[in-house]
Amino acid sequence: MKSLKMLVATGLIGAFMSIVPGTTGVLAQEEGVWSLRGEVALNDAAPLADTKKQNTSGKMGRAYRQQPPLIPHRMEKYQINSKVNQCLRCHDWPYNTEEGAPKVSETHYFNRNGVALDTIAGTRWFCTQCHVPQTQARALVKNKFKNASEVD
Amino acid sequence: MSNNTENSENVGVIKSVWRWFRRPTARFALGTLVIVGFVGGIVFWGGFNWAMEVTNNETFCISCHEMEANVYREYKQTVHYNNRTGVRATCPDCHVPKTWVHKIARKIQASNELYHHFLGTVDTPEKFEAKRLELAGNVWKVMKETDSRECRNCHNFDFMDFTVQENRASKRHAEAIDSGKTCIDCHKGIAHDLPEGAFDAERKINKAAN
Repeated sequence: MKSLKMLVATGLIGAFMSIVPGTTGVLAQEEGVWSLRGEVALNDAAPLADTKKQNTSGKMGRAYRQQPPLIPHRMEKYQINSKVNQCLRCHDWPYNTEEGAPKVSETHYFNRNGVALDTIAGTRWFCTQCHVPQTQARALVKNKFKNASEVD
Repeated sequence: MSNNTENSENVGVIKSVWRWFRRPTARFALGTLVIVGFVGGIVFWGGFNWAMEVTNNETFCISCHEMEANVYREYKQTVHYNNRTGVRATCPDCHVPKTWVHKIARKIQASNELYHHFLGTVDTPEKFEAKRLELAGNVWKVMKETDSRECRNCHNFDFMDFTVQENRASKRHAEAIDSGKTCIDCHKGIAHDLPEGAFDAERKINKAAN
């Protein structure tokens, strides 16, 4: 008799636990939270991302006067860190003349106090903060942006 | 006095070994000597080649933590390890010549690397970083002297289709052929991180060569 009572009690507790919302947390998480991979199970392969191929056919030009020029060549493997800036191998004077590359703007050789330097200013070191590779990417949000030269 | 006697004993040993070596045998048949020599030759030459192959692959290279913790981990991020087509190069493909004479010469030089491994010259990332410019400079110099021989085991100007290259690449490659440049002149830091002062060192090497 005792053992039968125990059995019934454990069965009841189990049934109760499965009804209480807190105990179904694992299920709720699976339904409500997505990982960065999207709605794909852990063991399945995620679909390939739609990557934008870089446009290297020519220079796209600027959309407005102050726009940092775009990068018309591949540079994703270039090392830009505290030790080396691989862009400057060709774009810094006098090496730009040997390599036939556009020279870094003179404004990039003045530090924040307006003092002219012989090497590029530390504030300008990380080129890709402003200069980005050019792509034919579709606009993320629909907009009516026009180049400055096209505005009436 | 004692030194003299030792010396004379040594001379005695050398002389007797030389006599034994020169003495014609009357005990073994010529056939036995030929067969033993033949089999021995196979075993020794095979063993030599085997040892050469065992020490000429990536697993062996990165069995030293100096290689594994520094240059190998950087290398794994680069196009020669991980790329579109899945073809990859291993350490000896770029760092050990394929031709026999040059390969043996490089292998003998590598004993210096073993020496510095046991000395602990670059056994921490900090020590390695401090030495990186010198070490990289050595490799650049050798590659320039050999006209990038190891690069050209796979990459050859004759088989490059400039039309499928990026505009800038095809233009610069054509210039490079005309001016007789070699791969390493431009392609530095493609498999490992560049050290501080890399481009100043590069210009010095190029100036010395021209």
